[in-house]
Amino acid sequence: MDSTIIRERTRTVGMAPQQPPLGLGKQVRPGESVIQGFLFLCGFMTIFTTIAIIVVLGRESLLLVNSKYIDESGAIHSIGVLDFVNTTEWQPHRYKVGIAPLATATLLSSFIAMLVALPFGLGSAIYLSEYASPKVRNTVKPVLEVLAGVPTVVYGFFALQFMTPLLQSAFGANTVEIFNVASAGMVMGIMILPLVASMSEDALSAVPRSLREASYGLGSTRLETTVRVVLPAAVSGIVAAFIIAISRAIGETMIMAIAAGARSNFSLNPFESAWTMTGYIASISGGDLAYDTLDYNSIFAVGLLLFLMTLGLNIMSRAVVARFREVYE
Amino acid sequence: MDRIVFVTVVFLGLIVSLNGALSTAQAAARKGYRPRLGALLGVATGLPVTVLAALALSALFPGQPILSVIGAFAAGMAALGALRRALPERAADQDALPNGEALQRTIAARHLQGSVLRSLFFLSVVLAIAMLAILLWTVIDKTFGLTAVQYTVQPEQLVVNGEPVNRPLDELTGAELQEILADNARVARLRVFVLEHVTRAADADWPALSGEPVSRVLKGHEYPAELAGVAFNALDEAQVASLLALNLNRDGLQELVFDEIIQPQVVDSWPLWESLTRRDAITAFVADEYPEAEVRWRSWVSWEFLTSPLDPRKPDDTGLRPALIGSLLVIAITIAVAFPVGVGAAIYLEEYAGDTRLNQVIQTNISNLAGVPSIIYGILGLAIFVRGLEAITSGQAFGASTANGRTVLSAGFTLALLILPLIIINAQEAIRAVPASLRQASYGLGATQWQTIWHHVLPYALPGILTGTILAISRAIGETAPLILVGGATYLTRDPEGPFSIFTALPLIIYRWTTLPQDEFRNAAAAAIVVLLALLLTLNSVAIILRNRFSRRLS
Repeated sequence: MDSTIIRERTRTVGMAPQQPPLGLGKQVRPGESVIQGFLFLCGFMTIFTTIAIIVVLGRESLLLVNSKYIDESGAIHSIGVLDFVNTTEWQPHRYKVGIAPLATATLLSSFIAMLVALPFGLGSAIYLSEYASPKVRNTVKPVLEVLAGVPTVVYGFFALQFMTPLLQSAFGANTVEIFNVASAGMVMGIMILPLVASMSEDALSAVPRSLREASYGLGSTRLETTVRVVLPAAVSGIVAAFIIAISRAIGETMIMAIAAGARSNFSLNPFESAWTMTGYIASISGGDLAYDTLDYNSIFAVGLLLFLMTLGLNIMSRAVVARFREVYE
Repeated sequence: MDRIVFVTVVFLGLIVSLNGALSTAQAAARKGYRPRLGALLGVATGLPVTVLAALALSALFPGQPILSVIGAFAAGMAALGALRRALPERAADQDALPNGEALQRTIAARHLQGSVLRSLFFLSVVLAIAMLAILLWTVIDKTFGLTAVQYTVQPEQLVVNGEPVNRPLDELTGAELQEILADNARVARLRVFVLEHVTRAADADWPALSGEPVSRVLKGHEYPAELAGVAFNALDEAQVASLLALNLNRDGLQELVFDEIIQPQVVDSWPLWESLTRRDAITAFVADEYPEAEVRWRSWVSWEFLTSPLDPRKPDDTGLRPALIGSLLVIAITIAVAFPVGVGAAIYLEEYAGDTRLNQVIQTNISNLAGVPSIIYGILGLAIFVRGLEAITSGQAFGASTANGRTVLSAGFTLALLILPLIIINAQEAIRAVPASLRQASYGLGATQWQTIWHHVLPYALPGILTGTILAISRAIGETAPLILVGGATYLTRDPEGPFSIFTALPLIIYRWTTLPQDEFRNAAAAAIVVLLALLLTLNSVAIILRNRFSRRLS
């Protein structure tokens, strides 16, 4: 082809020479920048929320720590940080701030919840992932989702209306108080069960088929494959699920506020009533809690501890996944 | 205490038996028996030995429950070990690797193990489903059932001009109902009826109103001209009854007579299962205990329950309207705040954010926030919205007259913060699912980034975003703890009117009623739970329909 022909064509098809050339450089679009700025602010809201939580909880907790009081002999004391761990009485309005009773009850109820949620949650996950036909799985999973979607206040009603009478008839009404940590903990376990089941099931299903088939090829039964091959391969996901479940149990409020009773009780007896950390916050702040009282400050201090515990557990759960995850390609 | 020990020992015994079934089956197979026999032996040894050992130990060392429990468990396990060893060898030759019949037995033992555990796994699933069923049943059981209803005044005992009325209420005329009111209630109560049902004055104003002339008290309502100047508390029964008759229609009068004069009251109630199975016993009990009462079926959830105001004193007469309205108002504010901000953040993170440190921090922070307990958000809302921004949330900056920041607005903001991470995470997933080719096609045609997002990415991702948002909202509707902190009132006789009004909400009312001592409040709580669950079910069905329609369009 001749170059002159091309030049001819360009002249007829191309732009008229008198128009200015089309600018192809980056154009300034103020509208776009404004929108992008607004969207960034939306994203930054979440950082702001975290900062607000830390500042608010920290500041009010410091107010509690710094409050001064006069004891019977007339000496002036101030509440120290160490008083939280050194003493074992929780009565903030009387300057007694030993966190031990609340912490014990929280750990006890979470432990009971885990006793229910872990074995049955993992059992359900193994059944759904390794044994169930797709049809069964597709029927059971939505049911578990419904169980997970029931509001916690309804679980509280369930604990008081079903679990407590059940425990009382099993162990005797003299042993089991109407409001008790065991009933609340067990119901909390039922509430957390779907979470454990679905997270563990995800971890188990993520193990590639080839591993299972290799195991069958060596003559293993299905159970041996599950226990010796699939479970070890999925262990990071399962441990992460357990940690998240513990964090959820520690932060659960309504079941505790309804069914675990309202008194500070430093005891490991699960059949007695006791304030957990969340239960304490919920039951003293209903209604007219006056600002700037010791009780008011104390809910922030308890909240701070709660926040740090759950945050630590959540970070730990992600670290477990990041550190121990087996990646199969 | 003995009972606790016993239950614990039986529980441990079952675990020992299970262990026996698994380990003894294999031992039996190795020694030349059928594995099933071994499993049976293990089960039959574990539980009885454990329980017997516990009985023996507690007889030997009374007052040492922990010792007997641990000892019993150890004894059970030891018995199993002894059983495995004591089984006499039956197979002739023991090679390193089993073959022939021995191999068959080993395999059978392993399969037996497998099926035992498989049924345990299956049991976990059954247990989870059973728990859901029991939970629902517990609620239903309390929502319907027999009640013993007693009248303060029997309908036959109503009098008009000193004569008993022997006709049903429905057949009486308005004039007769007016007579009944005048003859059967004292004047002070009749005046209260006027204030409650006609003028609907606030409780606090009543003392001031009672000395005022009728023209002031009934301003804007009907009253006979000759009574205009008479002080309200100087009226007699017939005059007050005439005021009622002037302002209420015949049905209103009948309702008044029924509710306030006849006054049916639930004096006792029974759950559904008992009502169905022990009807005769209940009837006999009521005849004995409350001779004037009538046994009647009652559904605690009803149209009246949904639409009447709350009554903090009477569980059988209370409604749910302020709580329903409160919940809806709070959720409306939550959506208005959380949806745009959440979707905006998701767009930023998916479409604009580069891989910088700040953006990574934002992303990690969002997943951390999703794990923060809801009560912490409540504390945050209390400190920031209720207290810090009181001028705005109480509406005083805009001329509203709410006393403090414990308002619908504060609650809505608090719940918005709570569900924001959920909305962001769900919206991010939906946006990520939009194929890159769509964006590239749009850029190729010269669209700017925002034009691409607005006209192509968002419409494509919208069903997914909406599904996620609906799920987040259904979480917010059931949240109770933050609302307690933000200071929702647990009873309100009047409906919340707007964003600056004090409020109550459905889950708060459930909490309140569940913890009140009167048993009938538990019936009301169950009915409120039915309403809440129905609301959530509706929302979730909408989400599922959206999801299905979306996935169909993709395929």
